[in-house]
Parts: sequence; structure tokens; C-alpha cells
Amino acid sequence: MTFYLVLTVNSVTFGGLLFLLSAGFSLIFGLMRIPNLTHGSLFMIGAYIGATFVIGLLGVKLNFWLAAILATLAVALLGALAERLLLRRLPGDQLAQVLVTLGLSFMAADACLALWGGDPLNVPTPDGLGGFVRTGIGAFPLYRVAVIAIAVVFAVALWLLLDRTRLGAMIRAGVDDPDMARVVGIRVSQLFTIVFALGAGLAAFAGIIGGPILSVYPGLDQDMLPLALVVVILGGSGSLLGSFVGSIVVGFLYNFGQALLPELAYFVLFLPMLLVLLLRPQGLFGRHVP
Amino acid sequence: MSALTVSALRKSFGGLRVTKDVDLNVEPGERRLIIGPNGAGKTTLFNLITGELSPDSGSISLLGQDITNVPSRKRPHLGMARTYQIITLFARNTIVHNVRLALLGLSPLRWNPLMDLKHQGHLTEQAQEALKQVGLAQIAERPLSQTSYGERRRVEIAMALAQKPKVLLLDEPFAGLSIDERQDVQRCLMAIPRDVTMVMIEHNMDVALDFADRITLLHFGEVIVEGTRAEVVNDPRTREVYLGH
Amino acid sequence: MIARTLPIAVAVLALLTLPLWIGGTYYVNVTSQILFYAIFALGLNVLAGYGGLVSLGHAGLFGISSYVVGYMLQLGYGHTAAILMALAVGNVSMAIYALLSLRSTGIGFIMITLALGQILWGLAYRWISVTGGDNGINVPTRPAPFGLSLADSGNFYYATLVVFLLSVIAVAIFARSPLGAALMGTRDQPRRMNALGYHVLAIRFWACLFSGLLTSVSGILFVYYTQFISPQTLALTSSAEVLLMVISGGPGTLLGPIVGAGLVVVVKNVVSGFIERWNFLLGAIFVAIVILMPEGLVPGTVRLWRLATRKRAPAKAEIKTEGKP
Repeated sequence: MTFYLVLTVNSVTFGGLLFLLSAGFSLIFGLMRIPNLTHGSLFMIGAYIGATFVIGLLGVKLNFWLAAILATLAVALLGALAERLLLRRLPGDQLAQVLVTLGLSFMAADACLALWGGDPLNVPTPDGLGGFVRTGIGAFPLYRVAVIAIAVVFAVALWLLLDRTRLGAMIRAGVDDPDMARVVGIRVSQLFTIVFALGAGLAAFAGIIGGPILSVYPGLDQDMLPLALVVVILGGSGSLLGSFVGSIVVGFLYNFGQALLPELAYFVLFLPMLLVLLLRPQGLFGRHVP
Repeated sequence: MSALTVSALRKSFGGLRVTKDVDLNVEPGERRLIIGPNGAGKTTLFNLITGELSPDSGSISLLGQDITNVPSRKRPHLGMARTYQIITLFARNTIVHNVRLALLGLSPLRWNPLMDLKHQGHLTEQAQEALKQVGLAQIAERPLSQTSYGERRRVEIAMALAQKPKVLLLDEPFAGLSIDERQDVQRCLMAIPRDVTMVMIEHNMDVALDFADRITLLHFGEVIVEGTRAEVVNDPRTREVYLGH
Repeated sequence: MIARTLPIAVAVLALLTLPLWIGGTYYVNVTSQILFYAIFALGLNVLAGYGGLVSLGHAGLFGISSYVVGYMLQLGYGHTAAILMALAVGNVSMAIYALLSLRSTGIGFIMITLALGQILWGLAYRWISVTGGDNGINVPTRPAPFGLSLADSGNFYYATLVVFLLSVIAVAIFARSPLGAALMGTRDQPRRMNALGYHVLAIRFWACLFSGLLTSVSGILFVYYTQFISPQTLALTSSAEVLLMVISGGPGTLLGPIVGAGLVVVVKNVVSGFIERWNFLLGAIFVAIVILMPEGLVPGTVRLWRLATRKRAPAKAEIKTEGKP
């Protein structure tokens, strides 16, 4: 019984991380039609930068949350630069975008290996969150519960951003009909940079708060990117609700799959994706077939 | 037996009804003009007839055969060909290769992975013949990227003619042409023998009146008036649609 | 005619005599690698170049055939059975892969094939009872067709060369054939092709099978060359590497993927001796080619050559036909 409870909490936690990762991926894909294959790298770079400050590798030891904010901002800046300097030269050319983002992800992976080496970094749990929450049905690691709470807060904040602000209205207009958005005078160019930076920042933030759970290691990027892809294919691109539901589903499939059918874990993970592709190619909550 | 019959055809996108109970009956050899202002649902009607869109209800038959549920790729094999308003050609290839592809589409050869296409002399000959009909035979080997807009319009028509259709659907074949080019295209169309039934869409009434035996006026997806040239031109509803209010 | 056949004759002659002049087993082995990777790249080019369907999961299909050979030999079957089984499983897998991914085109196709490739990688990595997981499978021996032991690197080279030449001829014939022309038509104007009476999906499906066959063949050569197969072969990096071969050389050309394979294999073998960071370089080449020479090295060089030799080359306006695919 406790086994399943623990697994459930782990699944929801992992789903929360995936949501932070894939919300940006989904928005970038939905709005800019850019398949951003660097998204896993952004997650990993965020995790490495954050870990560097949390552990104090450079001699500077920072509070966990301060480090997380720093890493998030740094990666958001990186994302904005990549968008401004490279992706912007290739508007509408998706093959070129795939290749460039893929190339960048290789460079990022190798650079991380060169800078941080091959051994995994273990990120300590932030102060005050190391204990357990005791409830009637069992005890849960406090940090995991905190991650779930953070993910929910971010989900609500993102929803408010998209639903209640002018920026959000512009993003939604862009997702629904990019050509029309241009025609009605939305400054798409600026919007793209903002969304790309936002997505990159969210991915990095997910990376660092995932650090204490997943640790940081070479290949983390390639573990996370396909998961983000599955989430977006399941949920539909450009849909926040889709990302949320997709993330939770993938969180459960991943954790239960690993625990119960370790040999076929990947198969279990990708099977629902295939079903969705066959039965509802635009994704559960998506409007367009990619 | 009619060449093309459309009955009670309906199509909506979301809540927008773009084709409302359209009936159309085109006799063999007839030249039919479908007119209507922009947004009247003319191209949608063509897309329904060719099967690129499937109707919500209603039926379509070609030469007496019900084709409502025949996939669009099979309709050319039954004698239907179309041109596009927005030129849709193979920009990397030569003019003659474009027409060859049209011919190949109806030939069982298209599945052959072993023969050399360039050595299929009969295809090239037939392509040349179709190009002669539209006056492009001399420049057949020219890459499409080096042709003028008017020439491309004629390549569109040559591709349709090459398929020797019984019913030919022309979607605004004069769109974007200069007066000279328009006359070239008009000559091509006038020279097509009467064993080909033709249906042409045009939003500008003056351009294609000479062409038509009968005219159908479409407005907001609905047939407003149908009749001979004189009947439609003189009908007060036509004026209303075109002059407004 | 001579202008066309002469370079081909020289190239074939050079390849036939290569072990005599290249100066060492090491270089013979590098050339063998170039040849089987070129077959792989030619296979992907059928889809990505001629068909406009960019598959990012091809390493998975390549790896399946390699694993089947390894697994069959481990079970005690002979080389003939192992190779035949690898071809069969490779093609059936390709058919399934095609049925799933061809529901989409463009970016959707890329995403689905990427995901499918990851599934195959995940199976190789996790299905330890069959694949041995991270430890992989060793292939202790190479076959000896007609009594010629391929354990000898010269013999292996010649066997690979024969398969390579057959593959090049097959792709050349296909590219000129009606079906090849139809495939390129579906790449440029799928909607028009449908309206002209072509079965676009079926054409793409056959192209997938042809691509899959070449991929299987190269996977089999690969596993006999390295005599080892592990999940790394199926990773996204491998799919990207072969795609880089196609893109860098020139997609949709016959020579492009071969040149691309040569470039990547040489850089990997030679440069990795000097620079540790091979993947960084790979990524940088990717970015540079896409930004600077998007049409690929072979067409790009031809264009530059023409510009240089003809002083006033006619300005060829890039005119695209409108219309959404």
C-alpha cells in the first residue's frame, strides 16, 4: 500500500517538473512552430548552473532559491540569444530549425561534459525542506510535496498570464493564427523572443528544482527532451491545460512503468502517445495537427 | 445523362456554413461559369467536387456515377481534372516534366521503380502535344523557375488537358494576368473541343462572360440565380449581389 | 557522355584498387566505415531528400538489424539465418514505423520519428534479457561468403564495396524512375499530386520500405564491422549524425550523402584524435551548414564553381510557387 502511495507522490512530483519543462516547449511550438530540440539542454544547463552555486563549486555558495533564480535568468538570457542570433534567421524553415536546435543541443551537451565532467552532481535538498510530511495515510518527503506546490503555483500563474494579461492575449492570438496576429499588428518579433526566453527560463527552473530529486548528470538532456515531446504530443501543442494533463499522465506512466515493468518502461511510456497519434493526432487538448 | 451533378451539397467550417444546399447540373459539352463575389464559396465548391474536402451532406455524380464517397485521388482517373487559382506547380522542374507528372498520374507506370522516366517517349510526346495546345511547346524544356506568371497559368491548363478529362474545372484561370496574357489563356480555352465539359470559376463577371453557355451566381454559399448569360446578367438579384443593397 | 562516365569510372577504379595505394589497414577500415555509413545515408536520403520526410529515428531501425544479427548468433544460428532474419525484422519494423509516422508530415513527422527512435533506444537499453542492456551484444565472428573470410579487413572492404555499389545503382535507378519522380512530386506539392491521381500515402510508404531496406543492410554491415552492438548505436546522436551526412552533403542528390558520410566519418576518426570534443564540433558543423550553406556541400560547391567559372552567371531568381502543402 505504502509502495503505491510513494509511487503516486513520486509520479505527481515528476509530473510537476515535466509541466514546468513542457509548458515552455509547448508554447514555443504552438506559437512559433519551432520544434525546440534544445529544450532538454536548457533543463540540464539550468540544473548545472544552479547546482554549481548550491554546492559552491566556484567558491560561491548561495542559498538554493537564489541559485535557482540566477540559473533561471541566465538560461532565459541564453534562450533569448539563441532566438535572436540563430533561429530568427530561419523563419518558417522547420527543417533548418530542427537542425540548428539539434546542433546547439550537441554543443551544449559537450560543453557541459567539458565544464562539469562525467560524474553526477548530487544537489542537496534546500534548507528546511529535508523532512517528511506526516499525514493519516503515511509520510511523504517534504521537498517532493513542495515541488508539487511550486508546479501548481506556476500553472496558475501561467494561466493568469495567458488568460488575463495583454501579453497573454497576444500569445494566444499568435497560437491560434500566427498570420492573423501579424496582420493585426502584434509585434511578433518581440513576442517570439519573450516567449522563447520564458520557455527557456521555465525549463532551467525545472532543471534546478529537479536537481535534488534527479541529480544532475551528462545525458539528463536526452532523458528529458523525449518526455517533453511525449507530453506535447499527448496534450496538444500550444495548450497549457494539455501540457498539465499530459505531464501528470507521463509522470505516472514513467514512475509506474519503471517500478512495475522496468524492462518495458519506455514502451509503456510511449504506447499512449502512439494511441493518441492514431486516434486524435492533434493531441488531447490541441487544436491543430502539427 | 449529365456530365456533372451536384445535389443538396452542404459544408460548414465550425459554425460557418460555406456551402448551403447547392444544386448544380452541367450537361455534356456545356461551358458553365460560376460567378460570385469573394467569399461566395466558389473554391470550396470546387474542393468539394474534386473531393479535397468532404461534404457534410449531399451528393456529387460524374457522368452518371455517384462519386460522393470516391477518394479525391481516384477522381482524375474517372475523367475529372482541375486547375488551381493559386498556382500549384513543381517549381524545381521543367515545364515538360510538370506535364509529364500529370500524365504519369493516370498511368500504371507511376508505380514503376525501375524504368527511366526520361526514356518513356510516349509520355513526353503526349506532354508536348498538351503544351502545343497552350502554345508552350517551344519552351517545354525551360525550368519552371524561369517562366512568367502567364506562362505558368498556361502550364496549369496544359497539365489538366494532358489528362484528357471529360470534365474540366478551372479555378479563376485569369487571376493575376495582364490583358495580353489573358487573351492567350482565353484562346487556349476557346480551342478546347466540345467533348470536354468545362466549369469555370470567376469573381470578375466581365472577364469570362463570352465563355459561358450558362451561368450560376453564388453568394454566401448559396445559388442565387442560374440561367443563360442574358438571364443572369439582367436579373435584379445579380445587380443586388454585385452592386450591393 | 564521356564527361559523365569518366569521373565515375575513375572513382570506381580508385575504390577497387584502394587497399593497394591507401597505405595501411587503418585507412582501409576507415574507408569501409565510410562505405557502410554512405549506404545508411543513401537510405535516409530516399526519405529525407527525395521524399521531404525527415526521419530523426533512423538509428533505431539501423540498430534493430544490428541487434537481430547479434541476438541470432547468440542463439546459435548461422550467419545466413542471422542476416536474413535481420533483413526481415528490419523491414517489418520499417513498415510499422512508416504506418505510425506517415500520419503526419513536416514537423509532425520529425517529432514522431524522434519519439519512435527513442522507444527503440529505450527497448535496447532496458530490455536486458534480450539486448544485454548497456553491456550490449558481442558478435564473435564475421561470415565467410564463398570461402572468403571477412575477418580480413581487405576482404571485408571488398564485400562492403560490392554492397555499396549495388546500393548506389539501386538509388540511382530509383531516382530516375517514375516512382522516384512521383516521390519527389509528393515532396514538392503533395496536394497537387493527390489531385493528379497519385496515392500520396502509398508512394511514401514504398519509399519508407526502400529506405528501410538500405538502412537494414547498412546496420548489418555495421555490426559485422564493429562486432559489437550497444544502445549507443540507437541513440538520438546517431540519428542526428546520419541526418548530418545527408544534409551536409546535399539532400536529394545521389553524391551528396556519400560525400557527407565521408566527411562525418573522417572528421570523427581523424579529428577526434586531436580534439576531444567531437560532439561539440558535430553540433557546430550542423549550425554552420544550416546557416551558411543550407543546400549542402555538393550543390553548394557546384553553385560556387559555376559562379566562379562563368563570370556573369544568369541571375536565377528563386521563384517559389505559392500554395500551402
